[in-house]
Amino acid sequence: MIDLLAQAASSSTAVAPTEILKGLGAVGAGIGYGAAAIGPGIGIGIVVGNAITAMARQPESAGVARTTMFLGIAFTEALALIGFVVFILLKYT
Amino acid sequence: MLEAALKFPPIGELVKWPSFGPGGFNKVALICVAATFFTLLLFFLAGRNKELVPTGVGNLVESVVEFITDGVILQTMGQEGMKYLWYLTSLFFFIFFCNIFEIIPFMQFPASARMAIPLLLALITWVMYIVVGLKKHGISYISKSVKPPGVPFALLFLIIPIELLSTFIVRPFSLAVRLFANMLAGHLLLVTFAVLTGALLGSSIVFMKPVAILPLAMDIAITGFEAFVAILQAFIFTILTAVYLGSSIHIEH
Repeated sequence: MIDLLAQAASSSTAVAPTEILKGLGAVGAGIGYGAAAIGPGIGIGIVVGNAITAMARQPESAGVARTTMFLGIAFTEALALIGFVVFILLKYT
Repeated sequence: MLEAALKFPPIGELVKWPSFGPGGFNKVALICVAATFFTLLLFFLAGRNKELVPTGVGNLVESVVEFITDGVILQTMGQEGMKYLWYLTSLFFFIFFCNIFEIIPFMQFPASARMAIPLLLALITWVMYIVVGLKKHGISYISKSVKPPGVPFALLFLIIPIELLSTFIVRPFSLAVRLFANMLAGHLLLVTFAVLTGALLGSSIVFMKPVAILPLAMDIAITGFEAFVAILQAFIFTILTAVYLGSSIHIEH
């Protein structure tokens, strides 16, 4: 690993601009997906946490709470999944 | 020279399969046909002997139908939605069989990871809830569904385009993308750890070979998780279809 890094640092071969653009695209895709996962992560946490509170308070209505929880997760998760699709499009096309 | 770079196959290689039949019949088409066949077979076997107390396959199918009745239809549409039981049940089983091929050895590809299949199912749902709304409420379905009651006049200029976009354009798209992206992500996860295992086992450094047990264990754990995801995504697609149908039936909200 360190050998490779040293080798890469010492080499002075010219890098084609298309290669740089490709690398920047990969960096952007990674940062973009990471940013897209922040909001839905917090959102799903809030949804599930409140659903568990509801189930603990009223165990007899756990079925309704569970169904609604899955719906809430599905709607919140959509944003992260769109982020994932954008990542695939940026990285591989 | 150290092997520094992991040779990860390009994404096109992971989802495109060579066709081996007429008309570009490939693995994805085969999985679709198999899913249809298994769905039909399941209902045929379950409906063949009508016992009072079902056993075996009949028991399984009956419990799923009961779950869709109690957990999906009655909670989202009410008694009025019982006439869509056929659609929701077959949708659930078809999507489940399409998904579960992700973890079946030698197939190991979910047919829902190609955009065409979720998109087609979402478009069927889209046409269905619009037709149901138009049949029940007439042409006022469109105006009722884009104009929530009790909104001040000035806000209507903002609300109507947003509701129009979210009800008639974003809904089928998000329904399709949710299933597609979930299954593709699961497939990519499995492929990533499988490639990692192979690369470590084939490494030229001897003490790297035992490390391959870690990604292999991860792969096995993810396989179990994906079985859960396959059921969950089929359920979510079904319940969202029911919610959209319900919003067409009971428009006042």
